[in-house]
Amino acid sequence: MHTIIKPRRGLAQLDLAEVWEYRELLGYLAWRDIVVRYKQTSIGILWAFIRPFLTMVIFTVVFGRIAKLPSEGVPYAVFTFIALLPWQFFATAFAETAMSVVGNGYMITKIYFPRLILPLASIAVGIVDFMVSFVILLLIMIWYRTPVSVHAWALPLFFLLCVVFTIGLGLFTAALYVRYRDMRHLIPFLTQFGLYVSPVAYSTTSVSPKWRFLFSLNPMTAVIDGFRWSLLGTTPLYVPGIIAGTATSIVLLVVALYYFKATERIFADVM
Amino acid sequence: MNEAVIGQGIGKTYRLGEQGTAYTLLRERIFETAKAVFRKRDAAPSREPFWALKDVSFSIGHAEVVGLVGKNGAGKSTLLKILSRITEPTEGRIDLYGRVSSLLEVGIGFHPELSGRDNIFLNGAILGMSRNEIRRKFDEIVEFAEIAKFLDTPVKRYSSGMYVRLAFAVAAHLEPDILIVDEVLAVGDSAFQQKCLGKMRDIRAEGRTVIVVSHNMATVSSLCQKVIWLANGQVKAAGDAQDIIRKYLSEGVENDFVWTPRHGILSAFEYRSVSVASADPASSEGFPANAAIDVFFDINIHDKFPASRIEMHLLNDNGEVLLTSTSADDTGQMNHEWALGPQRFRCRIPPNLLMPGRYFVTITEPYGGHYIPRENVLTFTVTEEGSVAARDQRQGKIAPLLQWTKNKA
Repeated sequence: MHTIIKPRRGLAQLDLAEVWEYRELLGYLAWRDIVVRYKQTSIGILWAFIRPFLTMVIFTVVFGRIAKLPSEGVPYAVFTFIALLPWQFFATAFAETAMSVVGNGYMITKIYFPRLILPLASIAVGIVDFMVSFVILLLIMIWYRTPVSVHAWALPLFFLLCVVFTIGLGLFTAALYVRYRDMRHLIPFLTQFGLYVSPVAYSTTSVSPKWRFLFSLNPMTAVIDGFRWSLLGTTPLYVPGIIAGTATSIVLLVVALYYFKATERIFADVM
Repeated sequence: MNEAVIGQGIGKTYRLGEQGTAYTLLRERIFETAKAVFRKRDAAPSREPFWALKDVSFSIGHAEVVGLVGKNGAGKSTLLKILSRITEPTEGRIDLYGRVSSLLEVGIGFHPELSGRDNIFLNGAILGMSRNEIRRKFDEIVEFAEIAKFLDTPVKRYSSGMYVRLAFAVAAHLEPDILIVDEVLAVGDSAFQQKCLGKMRDIRAEGRTVIVVSHNMATVSSLCQKVIWLANGQVKAAGDAQDIIRKYLSEGVENDFVWTPRHGILSAFEYRSVSVASADPASSEGFPANAAIDVFFDINIHDKFPASRIEMHLLNDNGEVLLTSTSADDTGQMNHEWALGPQRFRCRIPPNLLMPGRYFVTITEPYGGHYIPRENVLTFTVTEEGSVAARDQRQGKIAPLLQWTKNKA
């Protein structure tokens, strides 16, 4: 084995093959995050059920009952829970990913491994929560006797879009956070702001057509619409929106990967 | 190929204040950019690059055990971090032939909530072992660490001794061709330290190449055949271990009474220098035990700076933290406000407190609600002069002169 250490010049290299070599470490770190997250609390894994369920109840009472927002003819609880599924994944995984590098700073200053592993491992916690929430969704749909749409096959594709967007934004923020500690205040704010500009509590059909395309630049709009279309078949698919959201996510992921790799070499110097 | 490691013209610079070096607050970046636009050029602070390492070249043969010595700030840790691929050199090139493992600390990634068993796998993976490799060595690791009974207990319930033993045990079962070690050996009780030194000798006997950084010349001379001596970021001498150690010790370089940061100004808080002095005249060897020792912090507050504090840790030769003291201690608060301008803080360590021996001072630099450690910035020796411990071989980590009174009952 021959290792050469020298300054990197020019455009950052992605070295994704190296991440693959370290896949076991990625697995262990993901598993550590998941185990620790639920071990420290007294009711453990139950939180994964309670959090999305209570959020759904609050949304249903506030937006469905009190504000009486339209829900495309399905029970409001089902309507909002389907959107909360990808939204909560995004909110959890984005926060974990964004914090992952600074949070593991002591490891970065003490040992070498492909730094990309840290944000990637953080996504895993969100995926576990997502699976749990998905089971609850099925139970709620059975309770309300909501038929599942024939478009259900497309659901994994929209989830993939959600993951790509989350990783992209998370990577970018994680690298920025190493240099600008202000991010700590910005991250919760971004998540909260995102909730209002994404159609979680309301339907995209209630957005004025004039603003529809601009609104669709937020990939979460495509994801949530996609989830409703796949599972309920009610929201008509707005194809330009799906394309815009997908394009935004892919561009963001590529930019974020390069930014992360370019910033990576100073991580240990500024921790 | 007989060489295991070849370094050619390695240089590392920390150009602070420039894009892409120190981390910053967004606000400061925006202000600084704005200022740079409106300000005349002469008003801008100097941005001289600081070379932590410059033109360092060396070669290390297969199965050689090489010690890296030098004063604090000589560039030892920077070189170690470059060799471990933690940070990147600014110039130069290093070729490493063989599988490399670096141990700058044991127990990296240990999580207190996880059991000893889980942590072995996690830490092994971080050190670069495959799952199969860890499985194969698992029993050996457990036996070495002497923790068989507590394998399924979360490590937060472990005593510090058990924790260190487990952490070291995983590291000791690495089988790299080239091992890079920091002073991690100075951990645990003395029986365990002996075991670790024994393990190091085994590693040497197995024909592996080892690069070890140590402050402890006794360790270096017993383990290493070759020594590289770094001074001011350059190789001052390299060669036969005993030779170099003799020269190194004869220069009286064991003490570092003054530290001036070489990393440039990070924020509105600046350490201009940190120094240590005895209240009584000190000899060249050190400070008398019965004199007070003053640590001075000369700082400059350039701008409004959030309430925080100066922190100082006093460590003994074994790397144990004897005490921590902060500039906010007498305020009754966690932090204190800062006045603007240059100022001096003094921390007085009372006389008749420390055991004769060598001490290190580690400080932290406040930065926006976060503290950056500056390790071992000062080194000083307390002599036996006037020490209660000079009269006998007493036990203890400190040797305070306590008050005894005598009354007829």
